[in-house]
Amino acid sequence: MSAGALEAPGATLAARPDAKERRRDGRDGHARLPLRRLAIRAGALGLGLLAWHLAASQKVDLGLVTFGNVPAPAEVARAAWSLAQSPKLGAHVGASLARVLGGFLGALALGIALGLSIGRSRLAGDLLLPPLEVLRPIPAVAWIPLAILMFPSSEASMVFITFTGALFPILLNTVHGAEAASPRLVASARSLGAGRAAILREVVIPAALPSIVTGAAIGMGTAWFCLVTAEMISGQYGIGYFTWESYTLQNYDDIVVGMLLIGLLGMGSSVAVRALGRLAMPWTRGGRA
Amino acid sequence: MSAAPPPAAGRIEIAGAAIRLGTGAAAFEVVRDIDLAIAPRQFVCLLGPSGCGKSTLLGALAGHLGLARGSLALDGRPVAGPHPERGIVFQHHTLLPWRRVIDNVAFGPKMRGVPRAERLARARDFLALVGLADFAERYPSELSGGMQQRVEIARVLINRPRVLLMDEPFGALDAQTRLMMQELLLDIWTRLPTTVVFVTHDIDEALFLGDRVLVMSARPGRILEDIPLAFPRPRGRDLVTAPDFVALKRRCLDLLRPHDGQPSLPRLTPLGLPLPGAA
Repeated sequence: MSAGALEAPGATLAARPDAKERRRDGRDGHARLPLRRLAIRAGALGLGLLAWHLAASQKVDLGLVTFGNVPAPAEVARAAWSLAQSPKLGAHVGASLARVLGGFLGALALGIALGLSIGRSRLAGDLLLPPLEVLRPIPAVAWIPLAILMFPSSEASMVFITFTGALFPILLNTVHGAEAASPRLVASARSLGAGRAAILREVVIPAALPSIVTGAAIGMGTAWFCLVTAEMISGQYGIGYFTWESYTLQNYDDIVVGMLLIGLLGMGSSVAVRALGRLAMPWTRGGRA
Repeated sequence: MSAAPPPAAGRIEIAGAAIRLGTGAAAFEVVRDIDLAIAPRQFVCLLGPSGCGKSTLLGALAGHLGLARGSLALDGRPVAGPHPERGIVFQHHTLLPWRRVIDNVAFGPKMRGVPRAERLARARDFLALVGLADFAERYPSELSGGMQQRVEIARVLINRPRVLLMDEPFGALDAQTRLMMQELLLDIWTRLPTTVVFVTHDIDEALFLGDRVLVMSARPGRILEDIPLAFPRPRGRDLVTAPDFVALKRRCLDLLRPHDGQPSLPRLTPLGLPLPGAA
């Protein structure tokens, strides 16, 4: 057969819609919503705000639940503005970010390591899963006394409590991802000369990565979720501490400011985790929808 | 491609081989009494009905399945586990979705510790061999099914295997691509001769490609007939309408005709029983 016949297949197939172009389309479709849907989403936030304003300003009392003591949006905005002016905001946010990030990164390292061993080895699963399943339902608040007893500083105890929140979503998603690695891909890599370590590095971990990223994004959220609990121990700084202190001082406006701040920071960091995950997985941006 | 040494021999010897699949009471013998010698650089097609164990036998040659009885040797050494000297191409590609085409092809050399620049250069050579030099930077998901199988072939051949094992590699492709791939494979094989064991249930494909066709019986699979093919090479498409070819095709059809009451069995894979829910 001639070299020309060798070229032919590539030439005919190259006429297909250019894959690079498809990829660009895909990314755009993901990043940019049509204006109309953006408007609807903004409107939904506005409606929520309006409902809150009406319920709080009219002091709606539904018997089961009352809005009598709930601060109205304008009062919360005023409190937020004064917090924003205060030099304490940076200290609060900085302290909380450091704790959440510390706990999250610890959970990421341990969750991925344990998850991969459980997912790939039956013995590791039998050894590790029973105790982990016992620990999993224990809420963060129940860990406070032990955390204080176990760790030398209150800072370390707080990092530990956010860690307990982030660990399980990351761990369980990693197990799921590692188990899902295709036996066909593993077999073919072995036939190409890959040993155990190479299989883990080249096949199992990349195959588990989408699950790990999902687990990390959820874990980031649950780390923030546990922040108020963790910062009950704190004597000075942190958004959770600020929220808890406002409750004990009956600064109801500040409670809501703290709550919203935690919500926004939690949402922002989960989005950041997903964005980093997409950067780490360029192959998922291709035409394989 | 001058960098890699030509493969040593590639003689396969199988004696009294039987393979069992399944566990406990559900275990059954898939193939039995296989006695077979394949000469170096021979192109052998294994032809048989679905579920007859031809893919299972291929899996044993690849080292993914063990024998219940008998022996299996390559160039006098018993086969024990997978090895790059026995490359395998599956029906559906097993390219790593997270690696670009070029890195997929360079995978074998990477496992041997070949430096990056050298293995990428070699991978480019092998991509050119299968006509995909322009697709090096793509991800596998961006290629068509036929192109994916061509990358798969390049990825196996870069290891210069003594034996190339193929499990219905073109079975999932459309008819036209399939014919093109058969010619491409023969062309590559002429340039880089290795022993080939090619599993198929397509009679035309087996007769067009092989030096020899082994027809297998339904389960438990045994070799019914060993048909040498003397058609001259290079072979062209005209061959499939030549009288000799048609006569052999009729003989294969007779051999493969299902007996009354014989159930059609699910396809087995070179990795053993099909996994529940697996594609």
